[in-house]
Amino acid sequence: MSIPQLNQVAIAGIGNTEFSRNSGRSETQLAAECIKAALDDAGLHPADVDGMVTFTIDNNEDVALIRNLGIEALSYSSRVPHGGGGSGGALVHAAGAIVAGLADVVVVWRAMNERSEYRFGSANATPPAPGGGATSMEWSVPWGAATPACWQSMVSQRYMVEYGLKSEDLAHISVLMRKHAANNPNAFGYEKPITVEDHQSSRWIIEPILRLLDCCQESDGGQAFVLTSIERARDLRQKPVRICAGAQHVPFPIDSITNFYQGDFTEMISTSGMAAQLYEQSGIAPKDIQVAQLYDHFSPIVLQHLEAWGFCGKGEGMDFLRDGNCELDGRLPVNTHGGLIGEAYIHGLNSAAEAMRQVRGTAINQIPGVQYSAFSSGMTGLIFGHD
Amino acid sequence: MSDDAALRPAPWVTRDSAFFWEAAKNEQLLGQRCSKCKVLRSPPRPMCPNCNCVESETQVLSGRATVYSWVIPRYPPVPGFEPGYIVAVLNLEEGIRFVSNLCDIEYEDVTPDMPVEVFFEPTKDGYKIPLFRPASR
Repeated sequence: MSIPQLNQVAIAGIGNTEFSRNSGRSETQLAAECIKAALDDAGLHPADVDGMVTFTIDNNEDVALIRNLGIEALSYSSRVPHGGGGSGGALVHAAGAIVAGLADVVVVWRAMNERSEYRFGSANATPPAPGGGATSMEWSVPWGAATPACWQSMVSQRYMVEYGLKSEDLAHISVLMRKHAANNPNAFGYEKPITVEDHQSSRWIIEPILRLLDCCQESDGGQAFVLTSIERARDLRQKPVRICAGAQHVPFPIDSITNFYQGDFTEMISTSGMAAQLYEQSGIAPKDIQVAQLYDHFSPIVLQHLEAWGFCGKGEGMDFLRDGNCELDGRLPVNTHGGLIGEAYIHGLNSAAEAMRQVRGTAINQIPGVQYSAFSSGMTGLIFGHD
Repeated sequence: MSDDAALRPAPWVTRDSAFFWEAAKNEQLLGQRCSKCKVLRSPPRPMCPNCNCVESETQVLSGRATVYSWVIPRYPPVPGFEPGYIVAVLNLEEGIRFVSNLCDIEYEDVTPDMPVEVFFEPTKDGYKIPLFRPASR
């Protein structure tokens, strides 16, 4: 008897609220709205839902949402660690539950007022609440390393030293994300492309690594998905998007965000290990993938995703991008909605949505002939494909 | 206390790191190693990942390190820190990582893997925090 695989699961519905600087409503409402939108997209009713999954730092509780949506009972709930690094993992948990027969219709969501109610980019002055996905913060914050931008820069700086990269090189990453976002009406960067000069004149956030325009856009908004078996999805409203593979890799030396205890900062070992599992599960190779959405909370990490997934060689990420490979007409268009830098920061799930739309054929910047579409949130990720 | 207000923020002391901060008050940089297998670990934690022993002992570290990465946080300002301070990830001589500040040097003069050494500075609440500066020899 063969073991059931994740590839028997499909994305049946995609829904989101608008992405904004001030949603004007509660996080509970945002979550309920985006989940309802995803169910409407699928042609399903809240009563069909029996599973719910999110990832840490979301403030919404399942029980609050089922009472808003009118979900009758949940047979499965899960909350993946690592904040945005777990965004792909939330989809993997949902798919796993369906394969295991623990639930039939599982909702995945993220909904936050991260811009109007609190700012992720603020300096942490007190220890975080337990369970928020952060580890070892007490070993960096007392030295003034107090923001996500700082923690990422401490890793990226060594990568940039090793490969001779400067801020003016990183500019090309943000320029590309904003170029893609400029076509996207849902994006903060809609009709607002930037130039290398704009990037270079934006203020330092962490010198000499991150300028303002290297950073994602803290956002209010919600993004949700509905997952079910591919068989059931075929009878629903949308063309199913198949989960070809889904994986997590959290090796021993990795911390969720204050990630300073792994040996070599030039290698993103969580992501390379995760991608290796995806390729092993599916038999898909990097060359088979036509489009990729790579978690870009800060620009330099795009290069490390490219390398860890094997889209280019180690240390070649910048040249790969500068050579035009990540453009819409390139070998591997990247962050075709504008990414977290250009569209909004819904902690990765909005990039997962774009990876799915590229399979459906409904993306704003649709890439022709997409067979396999990748989503990487670092420690977790998936490959999507057709039915 | 007006004196205290001028000092750096106090460290976040936890049950598992109290030994480190108590020793730092005496300007001693302590590592933690397993009582049984003697494997050094960092940051401090209650169980040895090598043999799962929960008994640990301290090891006085040399305070010598090399600079692995270094940045200047510019925005937002961090309360209690003067603009321009350098945050660095260090490789301690004993083979463990440590995050600290690089002092008495300009950013432009820092080079990869340059040798540095520890010194201590008082913080609020009567603690001392280990900081690093270019090695004297």
